[in-house]
Amino acid sequence: MTPGRYRDGARRVAPIGIAAFAFGASYGVLAQTSGFGSVEAIVMSATTFAGSAQFAAASILGAAGGVVSAIVAATLLNARYAPISVSMAPVFTGGVVRRLLESQLIVDESWAVSRRADGAFDRRLLVGAGLVLYPCWITGTAVGAIAGDALADPASLGLDAAFPALFLALLVPQVRSRQALAAAVLGGAIALVLLPITPAGVPIVAASAACLIGWRKP
Amino acid sequence: MSETWIVIVAVGTMTVALKAVGPVLLGGKPLPEHLTGIVGLLAPALLAALVVTQVLGGDEEIVLDARLVGLAAAIVALLLRAPLLVVVIAAAASTAVVRLFI
Repeated sequence: MTPGRYRDGARRVAPIGIAAFAFGASYGVLAQTSGFGSVEAIVMSATTFAGSAQFAAASILGAAGGVVSAIVAATLLNARYAPISVSMAPVFTGGVVRRLLESQLIVDESWAVSRRADGAFDRRLLVGAGLVLYPCWITGTAVGAIAGDALADPASLGLDAAFPALFLALLVPQVRSRQALAAAVLGGAIALVLLPITPAGVPIVAASAACLIGWRKP
Repeated sequence: MSETWIVIVAVGTMTVALKAVGPVLLGGKPLPEHLTGIVGLLAPALLAALVVTQVLGGDEEIVLDARLVGLAAAIVALLLRAPLLVVVIAAAASTAVVRLFI
C-alpha cells in the first residue's frame, strides 16, 4: 500500500480542526477564569497539547483544588498516550530529536486518522493531521484567553458531539475481523463500567487492556 | 514559581514524555512479533472507549444528554455511507438543534 501524504492527513482531520479551535477557545476562557494569564494559558496549550488534561488541570486550580490534584488528574487523563505512543513507535524514523518532536503531534484525533485501511499507522497522515490541529488549538486558546466570555459556548454549537462522531466513524472500518470487534466491544464495556466509579481518564486507559485478547505466546 | 506555572511545567513535561516514549525508545524498529497482535487491537479498543466516554461522560457519572442524539445522527450517516465530514457535521448540527429546544 502506498504511503499516505501529509495533505491527506490534514484533509481527514480538517472538520475536527474547527471543533479543536472552538474548544481551544473555551479552554482559554476557563484558564482565564481559573487565574491563568494569557501567556500561561497559551504556553500550556503549546506544551501539553492535550485537551481533556488541560481542562482538568485548569478547573482544579480554579477551584483551589491544589497543585498535586491538578497534576494527578492530568496525568491520569494522559496515561492513554503511553500505549498509543508505543503502538505508533515503528513508523517514527530519523534521529531522536525528530522522533521526539514529531511524537508531540500525537493526540487522539491525529492518531485515529493516521491508521490506513490496511491497519498500519502512517507517519505522514499523523504529522499532516497534527499540523492542522496544533495551530487550531493554540490560536483557539489565545482567542479564548484574550476575548474571554464574548465567545459562543462550543457545546451550544454541538461541537462536543463532533469528537465521538469522528471516533465512531474511524472505528467502523476497523472492526472487520471478529477479534477486532471483540476488542472494541470489550474496550467500550470497560469504559462504560468504570465511567461512574473512577476518576476521569482511568476508563480510557483501562479499556486499552482489551487489546490483550490479541496476545500470542512469544 | 506560582502554582499555575508548577502545574504547567509538570503536566507539560509528563505529557511530552508520555507521547514520546514509544517513538524515542522504540522508534523505527518493528515491534516484537508477539506484540503486533496486541497493538493491532489497541485502536478498536481505545476508539470504542473514546466514543463511550465522550458521549456519556460526566463528572464521575454517566450523563444522558443531547450528545446521544448526535451519536444517533452519526450512526445514520454512517449507515448511509456518508463521508467523514458529513458524519461529523450531522452529529454536531443535530446536537445543537436539540439543545436549542431543551
